[in-house]
Amino acid sequence: MRLIQQAWTVAAKDLRSELRTKESLNAAGGFALVILVLFSFVTDPGETETLYALSGGLLWLVFAFAGVLILNRSFAREQANDCLDALIASPLSPAALILGKSAASFVLLLIVELPCLPIFGGLYGLSQWSSHWLGLVGVVLLGTWGMTVIGAVFSALTVNLRLRELMLPMLVYPLLIPVLMSAMRLSTVFISGKDLEADDAIWLRLMIAFDIIFTALALALAEDVLVS
Amino acid sequence: MRDKLLYAAGAAATVILIANLHKILLGIPDEMDQGAIYRILYFHVPSWFTCFAAFFVAGLASVMYSVKRDLRYDVLAVSAVEVGVAFTLVGLATGSIWARIIWGIWWTWDPRLTWALITCVLYAGYLMMRQMIDDASARARFAAVLGTFSFASVAITYKAIDWWRTQHPGPVLPIRAGGGKMDPEMWHAILWNWTAFMLLASVMVAVRISQETRLREVEALRRRAHAI
Repeated sequence: MRLIQQAWTVAAKDLRSELRTKESLNAAGGFALVILVLFSFVTDPGETETLYALSGGLLWLVFAFAGVLILNRSFAREQANDCLDALIASPLSPAALILGKSAASFVLLLIVELPCLPIFGGLYGLSQWSSHWLGLVGVVLLGTWGMTVIGAVFSALTVNLRLRELMLPMLVYPLLIPVLMSAMRLSTVFISGKDLEADDAIWLRLMIAFDIIFTALALALAEDVLVS
Repeated sequence: MRDKLLYAAGAAATVILIANLHKILLGIPDEMDQGAIYRILYFHVPSWFTCFAAFFVAGLASVMYSVKRDLRYDVLAVSAVEVGVAFTLVGLATGSIWARIIWGIWWTWDPRLTWALITCVLYAGYLMMRQMIDDASARARFAAVLGTFSFASVAITYKAIDWWRTQHPGPVLPIRAGGGKMDPEMWHAILWNWTAFMLLASVMVAVRISQETRLREVEALRRRAHAI
């Protein structure tokens, strides 16, 4: 219980400072929009068939790119005035710090992602998903959590490295492939307005298992990541 | 004594490989459907087994480092990863050659192949990150976290042919399929090759360990010289 409470304190602090400055939100949101527009060159916008087939992949590429922007800031924000050292020295448990950081990035990333869905649908005339929006949002929630919990760990790992901006995506994207792959498959199904079939269940299971395993790993290894 | 043991193991690996090569090329007949090319299997399967074994050792060493904080485990982990990556490349290359003949293409994005490539990229990232951190204990700590995370992906690669309907041949080996699908003579040839590969890998890991230990000694001496 204490863990949740401490994590909430960290998350609230992060969200407050981010919502006041809107530093990474503006960057990630603007970036996501630009990429969404760029996708119009992938195929002819009139070819809805192709677009439905590609939709999940395109959307999650946007989310993955925007996500790294937000995650990069997550711990880099604490570098000024040695705030990170202060956080580590505070009575917070390292697991709570990681959990809070990932919760904050989770909310921020959702703020960027959720508006992308209707914008993407509107720009490319994809309307069949309106009947399956609940499933789609579920996929977004599960996929985003997987992304942010691993991202928080690696944001902490890479914060002091040379070439931090390069190393975070280098390390995080390969690890994220299972969750991104399942999210892409499932999103494509829902955006095309279809129901989940037996074949898709493996992807759903993979995504849930991924979230659970990596949340547990992140919390277990938090101390090694943060405390030197 | 240690050097002599290493030389002996290396020589044993060479003898086994040459004897096996003679048997594979001249003793065992062609496979029923695939013809001569199937013989690459005798190198493909053992090299993947060897790389799994190396990554398993690296994963275990990473966990042990997190628990015990003994730099010797870090040395073992990095040596095993380097050798593992080398065998991964052998596995990918032999698989590609086989695919070119049987499937007519060098590469296909099927789950097993994709995951094998992810594993390779992950561990390449692991080696890259080590280059970016100068402080030995920080490097060991971060590498231990990354090594633990990466091992999850190895487990997925191994199970991929069971979980998805892949283009990669399904389980035929007696240990996976319960026997009857493969001639014992072929299976024994694979096992002997694997023995040779494991000996070779152990020798390489042992050599890398002594190199890393020397490197650490040199670093310590340099620090002492600086202090004086």
